[in-house]
Amino acid sequence: MAIFDKFQPLSDVHDQLKSVGQSPSSLQFDEIISPTEAVLNGRRTILLGTNNYLGLTFDQTSIDKGIEALREQGTGTTGSRIANGSYDGHKALENELAEFYGMHDAILYSTGYMANLGAIGTLAGRGDYLLIDADSHASIHDACKLSDAEVIRFRHNDPVNLAKKLERLADKPGEKLIVIESIYSMLGDTSPLKEMIAVKNKYGASLLIDEAHSLGVMGATGRGLCELAGVEKDIDFVTGTFSKSIGTIGGFLVSNVPGLDIVRLASRPYMFTASLPPSVVATARQALSRVAGATVERTRLWDNATQLYAGLKNAGFDLGPQVSPIVAIRMQDPGKAVALWNGLLDAGVYTNLALPPATPSGWFLLRSSISAAHTSQQIALAVELCAKIGRELGLIPCPATVGASVEMMNVASPRKVAKQEAEKSSDEDETAVQA
Amino acid sequence: MSEPSISSAELITDPVYIEVVKQLRPHASKDASISPESIILSDLGMDSLAIMDFVFDLEDALDLTIPEHRIAEVKTIADLVAAVYLLQKEA
Repeated sequence: MAIFDKFQPLSDVHDQLKSVGQSPSSLQFDEIISPTEAVLNGRRTILLGTNNYLGLTFDQTSIDKGIEALREQGTGTTGSRIANGSYDGHKALENELAEFYGMHDAILYSTGYMANLGAIGTLAGRGDYLLIDADSHASIHDACKLSDAEVIRFRHNDPVNLAKKLERLADKPGEKLIVIESIYSMLGDTSPLKEMIAVKNKYGASLLIDEAHSLGVMGATGRGLCELAGVEKDIDFVTGTFSKSIGTIGGFLVSNVPGLDIVRLASRPYMFTASLPPSVVATARQALSRVAGATVERTRLWDNATQLYAGLKNAGFDLGPQVSPIVAIRMQDPGKAVALWNGLLDAGVYTNLALPPATPSGWFLLRSSISAAHTSQQIALAVELCAKIGRELGLIPCPATVGASVEMMNVASPRKVAKQEAEKSSDEDETAVQA
Repeated sequence: MSEPSISSAELITDPVYIEVVKQLRPHASKDASISPESIILSDLGMDSLAIMDFVFDLEDALDLTIPEHRIAEVKTIADLVAAVYLLQKEA
């Protein structure tokens, strides 16, 4: 039908993917066994692309709380909080979020995507300026479309370029809101937060950071990159999601800026969507209560991330710039990227295939996300299979020619680096050490 | 300085046009023929990421910021040159 004609290029890509194997958009798991395993096409498969960082999706206490809420309060709220009112759990979860982050106020949204739409799209209005990183998540770009503010991009993770843009706006009236992410979702690289804050402070701008991929993952108590970097007092707004470390769905905005509550009445993604159902709120509350004390899980997560990164690097793959719970193999050949992804699926490893223009610099990415629930054996098997298929495809050299230049010990994990630095300097604040 | 309404023939000697073409070259496909009428999105072999990188380079070269909505309004290179002049006026 003619109305779909504009999607022909998309359809062509989808058909091309299906002609050589599976298509990421039409995969269907037969059964989910655990946070790290599923059955796909009848085959037991390691899940290495689900953002389930702390492995809490099958946490029994969360499941029990969810069932209890379902029985006591029903399956859904059937409307927004503005129209249908709030349940006690909504407000309780907001209070717990504010307390967790050490901020005054929190607002719940129904997804992380909507938290960014609702926060960014509302905070910056007509006459204001949104300064966004070039590698921003789609939710940030879509929030810009919702806002009436003027949108200015700066080069990815480049405080100098950001400063230039702010300098040119110095004499212009209007609020300037900088939007960055703690961990960027495609390559797993982190924001140079201290440098960004120095620029923000110099030009009197506000800063919003999306901690979607760092909640539960970074910082001594899992509050994210801001906690790890020791800069929480300089952050104006934090957005995040429950769909990764928290293991359910939902999003939030937290802030110390006085008067945040008014955002509820101006934020269309808050006002015109049904609020989170009681069972989801209950599981989120239970999982959130575990994050601060989940030091064993964080240690395991970073050990797993380091093992995967080092294993793939040693095999000769071109990876993202740093160890992170997101590990991405960068490729220039689309055919080989698709073949590697399909080969891994056939061998029982599920990862994410990411294609341009959703990827930085036009790379074709095989993106993995690591869980604390992965075993070392699962990671080792994934590395072995990646290397085997990568060699068959000519993506990496055969073992004899792989240099030993990158040993596992040489690959820096933020947790281990922070620990080493803390050990070197005994007067360092212990809270900066990644648990 | 030239005004944005100048003809295509005059544009090829315009300093902003010359700078735009200079910054465009490394991002456009090697065999792309660049003229004031070239449609940036379809005639130069550039995808959206290449266009974004080109805009960053142009901003640095001209020491100005091109907001997203201005880029969205631009179709041809001549449009871009006109947009740059307007932005310089507004600065």
